[in-house]
Amino acid sequence: MNSFPIIRIVTKILIPYILLFAMYVQFHGDFGPGGGFQAGVIFAAALILYGLVYGLPSLQKVAPPRIIEKLIALGLLLYAGTGIACMMMGGNFLDYDVLTHNFLTDVPAAIDFLPPGEHPRHFLPQGQHLGIFLVELGVGITVTAVMTMIFYAFAGREQVA
Amino acid sequence: MIDQLPILLIIIPLFAAPLLVLLGSRHLALPISLAVVWSVFGISVALLCRVIQNGPIGYELGGWPSPYGIVYVIDYLSSFVMMFVSALGAIVLTYAPPSIKQEIPFSKHYLFYACYLLCLTGLLGMCITGDLFNVFVFLEISSLSSYALISLGKTRRAPLAALHYLIFGTIGATFFLIGIGLLYQMTGTLNMADIGRRLSEVRAERLLAGLTQFSRTELVAFAFMTVGLSIKMAVFPLHTWLPNAYAYAPSVVTGFIAATATKVSVYAFIRLVYGIFTPNFAFETMPLDTALMIFSLIGIFVASVAAIYQTDVKRLLAYSSVAQIGYMLLGISMSNVDGLTAGIVHMFNHALIKGGLFMVVGCFALRLGSVKLDDLRGAGKTMPLTSLAWVIGGLGLIGVPMTAGFISKWLLLTAALEHDWWPVAVLMLLSSLLAVVYVWRVVELLYFSEPSDKAKRAKEAPALMLIPTYIVIAATVVFGCWTVYSAGLAQKAALALLAITESGIAPGGTP
Repeated sequence: MNSFPIIRIVTKILIPYILLFAMYVQFHGDFGPGGGFQAGVIFAAALILYGLVYGLPSLQKVAPPRIIEKLIALGLLLYAGTGIACMMMGGNFLDYDVLTHNFLTDVPAAIDFLPPGEHPRHFLPQGQHLGIFLVELGVGITVTAVMTMIFYAFAGREQVA
Repeated sequence: MIDQLPILLIIIPLFAAPLLVLLGSRHLALPISLAVVWSVFGISVALLCRVIQNGPIGYELGGWPSPYGIVYVIDYLSSFVMMFVSALGAIVLTYAPPSIKQEIPFSKHYLFYACYLLCLTGLLGMCITGDLFNVFVFLEISSLSSYALISLGKTRRAPLAALHYLIFGTIGATFFLIGIGLLYQMTGTLNMADIGRRLSEVRAERLLAGLTQFSRTELVAFAFMTVGLSIKMAVFPLHTWLPNAYAYAPSVVTGFIAATATKVSVYAFIRLVYGIFTPNFAFETMPLDTALMIFSLIGIFVASVAAIYQTDVKRLLAYSSVAQIGYMLLGISMSNVDGLTAGIVHMFNHALIKGGLFMVVGCFALRLGSVKLDDLRGAGKTMPLTSLAWVIGGLGLIGVPMTAGFISKWLLLTAALEHDWWPVAVLMLLSSLLAVVYVWRVVELLYFSEPSDKAKRAKEAPALMLIPTYIVIAATVVFGCWTVYSAGLAQKAALALLAITESGIAPGGTP
């Protein structure tokens, strides 16, 4: 690709925006359309584009296969770990509500508007937000890593893992 | 913590698998996975005890109540299946190290253990979950990891066999998913109990409106799901992926997958028929019982005859597995207590017998470096204990009295007679004779022929492998004489399933 300066320059300009968009999709996931899977694919698309234009060795410098292999596992561990943390705090697996009472103790103004007799827990979404945030982050990491790994497996003739 | 047992059963292996990859240690992988599989076995036994004492247990994931969130349901059937799946998973892994050392490159060991644990997670998950989509997810977890496990085989044909299985398995899983989609579109829920309930409501409404009782969507969904699961179960005409996958996979993997994977698909099929669609629909409106009976019987005969002509013990046992699945489905399709009990208990007995026999074959593979019948010649002299294990396991496979195989065949026979299916009963007995032929062929080679070069040089398998093998083989004899916890539990499971259908209350509602 050395003889195609336009492609190289355009790629360099595009990659930061692709990564930024991936971040947007990742962190926007619990409010609107998006989420870890989509964000992971977009993020990996940026890496793969870099690999296609600048060659496999350059990409492997940015994202070493050994690290990528560990990231696949790390994402899943983050997901499962969130669930286990919920269990440790007395809820069921992935019962994010329990995360609230322990991590985010500040009660928002919304509690003033509660109908009498309502348990405030149902109006405090932070636990749910935090839980979904962590779980989606785990999904995002794993999907990015898996997509990159698939690219490595097809692009490199030799074995990667 | 006791309340969290159902999820721990799934989460411990699911958490340990990526941990092994993250650590990447070739030495820690084995102790960690052994600890995991045995604790999983402990948990499943604890769950089984709780079910026997207090009846079904439910667990709500994330605290979301029953029809909205995913629930785990542990009743007689699921805890029984989980118990033997985790038992075989634990004992096969205990037996594994010498065999793995020889058959799988050292650098891949931690990946092997990670895949093994994931496969176990998937199989247990399919049993425990009360959510139909969750069944699909766990089906995929177990299938994908088993493709990877099979492709680890030593020969170059292993990846090809895995690819063949992958293509077939994916078609099966997709069909199953299409069925789930149709049911979801029709009922708006994924909880199995809830789907069952709403289907009966829809049927009642359609009758009132003067339409046919069963909508076309329901028929199509049922057809897709049955065919999809039939591929996974390796029912006769859809079994072609199985012999190669079993023959070329590493011995340990064959032992584990042959003992558990198809059984769990049979379990999912039982749930589908008895928990969701009701046997009335499956066997009276749809001709599934006749179809299953015909395919099972053809399968039993064709696969047994094919087994007789194999030149490789692993393929021989693989074909015999196809035949044995036929017995299970035959029992299930009878839809009376005896038949269903026979089907369920045969899942257990066959898991023990086939697991044990494949473990024996693994011992031969370790010492002879081959599982070709020619190389096995005369190994009875140099490997007497291993060969004896084959004889005992083989007797179980035939169904000789005092072995586990006899119990299931006896129950099946009683059920067939109760149904007045005389020809079926006769054919079943004839098919046992075919089993005698293929088991005896190996016994004769082992004991009554001139030793091959490899057999002459072979020595007895290591104790680390022989002891677990003998535990499983001994279990086939124990459960052939003492059936409180095999046939007894299976009967309770069958009664519970049939009671559900009669009272119209499906399982997995709010327990």
